[in-house]
Amino acid sequence: MKAHLTRRYMFSASHRLHSDAMSEAENAATYGKCNNPYGHGHNYALEVTVSGAVDESTGMVCNLVDLDGFVQREILQRFDLENLNTHPEFVRSVPTTENLCTAIYDILQRGFTLAHLDKVRIEETMMNSFEYAGGAEIGP
Amino acid sequence: MVYLTRKAEFAASHYYHNPDFTAEENQRIFGKCNNPNGHGHNYTLEVTVKGEVDPRSGFVVDLKQLKEVLNREVLDAMDHRFLNKEVPEFSARIPTTENLAIAIWQRLVSKLNKAQLHRVRVYETPDLFVDFYGEA
Repeated sequence: MKAHLTRRYMFSASHRLHSDAMSEAENAATYGKCNNPYGHGHNYALEVTVSGAVDESTGMVCNLVDLDGFVQREILQRFDLENLNTHPEFVRSVPTTENLCTAIYDILQRGFTLAHLDKVRIEETMMNSFEYAGGAEIGP
Repeated sequence: MVYLTRKAEFAASHYYHNPDFTAEENQRIFGKCNNPNGHGHNYTLEVTVKGEVDPRSGFVVDLKQLKEVLNREVLDAMDHRFLNKEVPEFSARIPTTENLAIAIWQRLVSKLNKAQLHRVRVYETPDLFVDFYGEA
């Protein structure tokens, strides 16, 4: 039997949305308040969904201790209470939550091998959220 | 096709233990969840059904009927129960959230007429939930 398991994590980080490919006026028009050179921050909620056959002997898709350990080590320690613009993932891309989703998806996809990664969902605020499934459509 | 989700809450206790594992294995794999006296959660259940909207009633499913089935098949059996000892599915299967979602699906799937069961989502805590779509 295949089940899909979702775990939710919190982290806080700052960022500035600014593209070197745009003029100052374009940046201001595109990113508005988010273009403030001093940056600003969010409390992000990250949801990681994995799936797989439920193991007969443990009743689990994967052991949460392993998923929590990986996310703690590879994602939360990397981004929590950090300025996203200073990270190598965002040297060439703007740290929008879209790009943050794909960066976190790639870290999980490369490193977490104990269950199939379905998708990553990030809430930047209570009013907006973003999902990425490696380019695949998201559905049941 | 329209999807309708009904939410319900129940509180239950459980523990994780596989008699085929040694005591050390049980402890290593299940950690604190292996305490035989159990521990509990406030579970939130979301049941999603799908179907065409009936042109006369405007309903996908009669919500009253869905609520009755949920109450009878799930809440009466699981609310304020020790899942390992009081729910037959878990006499030989570990009551993880994964297996709970599967057991609830199996209890509901044949009892719903008209609307088709689409998804069972079980939140063990606000930070952890499992979705089951009836996939083999």
